[in-house]
This record gives sequence, structure tokens and C-alpha cells, in this order.
Amino acid sequence: MIRLAHVWRTYVMGGEELHALADVSLAIEAGEHVAVMGPSGSGKSTMLNLLGCLDQATRGSYELAGREVSALSDAELSRVRREMVGFVFQSYHLVPRLDAAANVELPLVFAGVGRAERRARVAHALEAVGLADRARHRPAELSGGQRQRVAIARATILGPRILLADEPTGNLDTRSGRQVLDLLGEMNRAGLTLVVVTHDLAVARRAHRVLHLGDGRLVDEPGGIAGAGGAEAGR
Amino acid sequence: MKVLDLLSFSSGALVMHRLRSLLSLVGVAIGVAAVVVLTSLGEGARRYVRGQFESLGTNLLIVLPGKVETTGAMPGMGGAPNDLTLGDVEALRRGIPFAKRIVPIAMGSETVSHAERRRQVAIVGATAGFLEARRLAVAAGRFLPESDMDRGAPVAVLGCDLARELFRADNPLGGLVRVGEWRMRVIGVLEPRGMQLGLDLDDLAIVPVASAMRMFNRRSLFRVLVEVNSPAQIDLAKERTLAILAARHGEEDVTCVTQDSVAGALAAILAVLTLALAGIAGISLSVAGIGIMNVMLVSVSERTPEVGLLRAVGAQRGDVRLVFLAEAGMLAVVGGAVGLILAWVATRVLELLYPAFPATPPAWAVVAALLVSLVVGLVFGVLPAMRATRLDPVAALSRQ
Repeated sequence: MIRLAHVWRTYVMGGEELHALADVSLAIEAGEHVAVMGPSGSGKSTMLNLLGCLDQATRGSYELAGREVSALSDAELSRVRREMVGFVFQSYHLVPRLDAAANVELPLVFAGVGRAERRARVAHALEAVGLADRARHRPAELSGGQRQRVAIARATILGPRILLADEPTGNLDTRSGRQVLDLLGEMNRAGLTLVVVTHDLAVARRAHRVLHLGDGRLVDEPGGIAGAGGAEAGR
Repeated sequence: MKVLDLLSFSSGALVMHRLRSLLSLVGVAIGVAAVVVLTSLGEGARRYVRGQFESLGTNLLIVLPGKVETTGAMPGMGGAPNDLTLGDVEALRRGIPFAKRIVPIAMGSETVSHAERRRQVAIVGATAGFLEARRLAVAAGRFLPESDMDRGAPVAVLGCDLARELFRADNPLGGLVRVGEWRMRVIGVLEPRGMQLGLDLDDLAIVPVASAMRMFNRRSLFRVLVEVNSPAQIDLAKERTLAILAARHGEEDVTCVTQDSVAGALAAILAVLTLALAGIAGISLSVAGIGIMNVMLVSVSERTPEVGLLRAVGAQRGDVRLVFLAEAGMLAVVGGAVGLILAWVATRVLELLYPAFPATPPAWAVVAALLVSLVVGLVFGVLPAMRATRLDPVAALSRQ
């Protein structure tokens, strides 16, 4: 499903080159559940944005579902995002003036789906995340967990192949965090490829596989998941 | 993205910031109203002037003694023009058979009195054709009789104000008035007409032209009006008039003015004035455009994360640009519509206050104001929309 080969993402800041990702190669198969861990600034989010085609590699190749996407135009990338990828963010990124249903509807609007069909699909998606009765509520009237579930409904409404989640439980208490993770796990079991960026071990433990990033490079598992403070010990 | 969806998404964003949107909308409304009202005023002035000339009678050639030109040679020699006489009018009548009517006019000022009451008014000496040529109407009695123009019958037709002032409640018809040293019988009273190009048609006395010339002891007429049947005949009539009078006077010493040329020149001036007013109002519209730009720039910077999100859910750069352009366009068009309503109310009020002044907005100004407001919205919306379009989605999403 996902194949990165010698991918670099380089920023130039004050004349100095900064490698957010350096020579990263990896493969994620369809239906996998992968967690990405690493200290802040290690390139986790950069990798997620790259996987989601929000950003493009400076060097290297990225093959998504058998298609090379590293040199696509903006319009083509937008299309790939629409058809293949769903995003879930730590801070939900719901549009505050729109109610839950309208937020979930947004991707359909930009995909040019007709009104009647949109209504049916939105109702179905809200139902699937257990928020059918919250359709007319604005984000401010929802709890954190509910907001994240609205965001998940939005991310999956177009039927993506991959769901990319950046610290999806970062702003949630344990209980709503668990609900959100259960929901994501359920979707993964139904066939959705899931990539979760986190620094929460409890979240990472649910994944089939954990990737570790350090200074923009993939590093070997630093002394096992359980080893607290293992990151330092491993270097 | 479909048009309806675009409009509903963008209008949602505008409604979100009601006060802000409303204020920039008011700016546009004032600009558009200014354009429409000021052009209405200009256009009204043009029509008013044109109306004045039309009430003078169309297809009219006005002959006045003297040549309108600057002569520097030998003052005192051939300087004074020949008189324009009733004989000249007779010659014109013979020489221009296609003329509808040719009316000699003598003008003066004299005291008109009846019983104890006296009043200094303008005295017009004319013939029966004057009534038609100046588009006047008789309220009571009759106008000057058709007769030889050198026969000065002792009769007078009074303007309505003059008749009322002199006779009060009495019936003026058949009454006697003194005009200077002359006794004259009142045979008619004019309908109210008001001022016409500086002459108060309600406060004058009209007498036969021969009587007036004797009264003022003048030999030259004030004007001769030559009316033809169609505008096409004006040029020929002018040519003939000049030729006939030049033959009689031995030189070309009269001036012919067509009322069309005067009206046309004035209308041209007023059209330029209207454009100038529209231009001034256009400045206020462009200021309103800058208001829109300001609001949109604030909106873009506030909604940066939203732009990132739209991109993440698959919106293209073009979609983002459309969203913000649509907002600016809507502000401008709704503002324009409100401005039109304001302008309509303002011109109605003007019409109530000054019924004689036709302050109706010209159709082109209405259409132009709406189009211009839309263009203003889009032009001033481009910069903010481009700013939103250029946002890097990753950076936009990470902005809180």
C-alpha cells in the first residue's frame, strides 16, 4: 500500500539545511495498523503529512497504492487525498461555525457529490461513530471525544484506503481516548490501513508494528516498547 | 465544488462575523448609492434643461440682429447692425414658403395698470403664431388675432399672475389696462407656465408686435422665430434666412441660432458633468472595496487552520480561491443591492421635494453600479484569496 524509498524532506532555514526526514525507507501493507513514535521534532508529523500527500518529499520516491506520487501536481495531489487518505488531528480541526453534520459533509462538498446523496452518507457516517443524535450540534457544544469522533466520521466519509491519525488522543481523557482508539481499531479490522503518530505507549501497543523516528531517521526499536526511557539507552 | 455549495459555504462564513460583514457591506452600499444618486442628479439636470428647450418649441430657428463675432476693424464704421424690421419678416415669409410660421418678437418693459393697481412687467410684442411657437395655452378668452402684423390693434393678452394682480376677483376679459401711455383691451389670459429660460410667462403682457414697436419707439425687432416642420428643414431655412437678409441689408448682419445646437451643447456639458459626478462617487466605491479587502485579509488570517483543513479533505487551490472570492463577491453584490435600495429611496425623496426636477437614475447607472460593485468585490478580493490559496497546508494546519 505504502512504499517509501530513500525519502528526504529538507527545509532551508536561515541558509542552513534542516532534514526533517533523512533517507527514510519503509513499507506498510494494506490493512496494517502501524504506530509511529519518537520524541518531538523527530519528524513524525512530517512523515504523516508526506504519507497523506499534504507535503512532498524533497528527494526519494513515494509509491501509494502502486502509484508514484512524489512528482504529482497540486490538483492531482488533492485528488489523491480525496480518494485515498483520511486525516485525524490532535486538535480535531472542526470548522467552528458548521455543525457536526456539515463538518462531516465537507469532503463530499469538495468532491462534488450531490445534495441528497450527501445527506444520506453523512447520516450513515455519524451513525457509525455513534453521534447520530448530535448532527445539529456545533463543535463548541460537543465534548472532546465527540469532536474527535466527528473528525473521524469526516476523515472516512469518502471511503479512504488509509487513515492517518496525528496524536488522536492527545487532547482526550483516558476514557474518551479509549473510545476513539476502539473506533479506529474497529475500522482497521474492517480493512482500513491505519497509521497513528503518538508518544503514548498505550496507543502504540494497539498497533501491529511500531516505527521509531529519531532526528528524521528510522531507528531500531530502542530497547523494546516497554522500556521506559529506552530511547536514550538505545543511542 | 458546485456553485450552490460554494455560495452556502461562503455565506456561512460571512454570517459568522455579522457585524464585520455588515460594516463592509454598508461601505459598498454607500458607494453604490452615491454613484446612482449623483448620476441621477446629473441626468436630471440634463433632462431638465432639455425639457426647457423642448417647451420652447422644436424645429425652431431663432434670428437675432447683429453678428456674433469679434471685429477689430474701424470702430464706428459699419459697427451697428442694420435693424431687423417687419419688412424683413415679410420678405422671409415670402422667401421661405415651407416655414410653418415666422413670428416677429419685440421686447420691452413697461408699467401696466388697471384702476389703482400698477405693475412693472415684461411686454412681448408678437403675432398670433407666438402661442404655438412657444407652446403656450390660453386659459380664458383668446390669443392675439390673425391679422396683418403692421396693424397694431390695442389689445393685450395677460399672464395669469399679472391678470390676477390687476383685476383680483374681477373678470379681466374685456377690461381695459394702461400699458405705459397706451390703453388696451384685455382679450385673453394665459395658462400658468412659470419661468421659461429666464422669462416669467405668468407675469407679462403680450401685445401685437406693431403696437409694441410703437410703444417702445423701436424700429428693430428683438428676435424673429422661424419654425419649420422637421429638423431636416432647419439647415435650409437657416441658409435662406441668411441669404434673404444679406440681400436686403447688403451684408450678413444677423445671427441664426438653432435651439437644437444650444440644447445639444448644454446637454453635452451636463453629460460630462454626470460622468464627473459618477467618477467622484466611484472613488467612494473603491474605498469600500478596500474595506472589503481589509475584512477579507483578517478573515483569511483568522481562518488559516480552516484553509489547511479544506486542503486536507481534498480541496484544491482553486477551490480555496473560489471560497474567498465568493465571500468578497457576495459582500459587494449584496452591498450593491442595498445601495440601490438606498438610492431609490433618496431619489424618491428628491422627487417629493423638487417635483419639477426629474431625478430618475438612468438605467445604465443602475446596471453599471451593480457591475462595478461586483468587480470591486472581486478585484479587492483577489489579494486575500491569493494569500489563502498560497498557504502551505501543513503550515496552515499547525497554526492555532
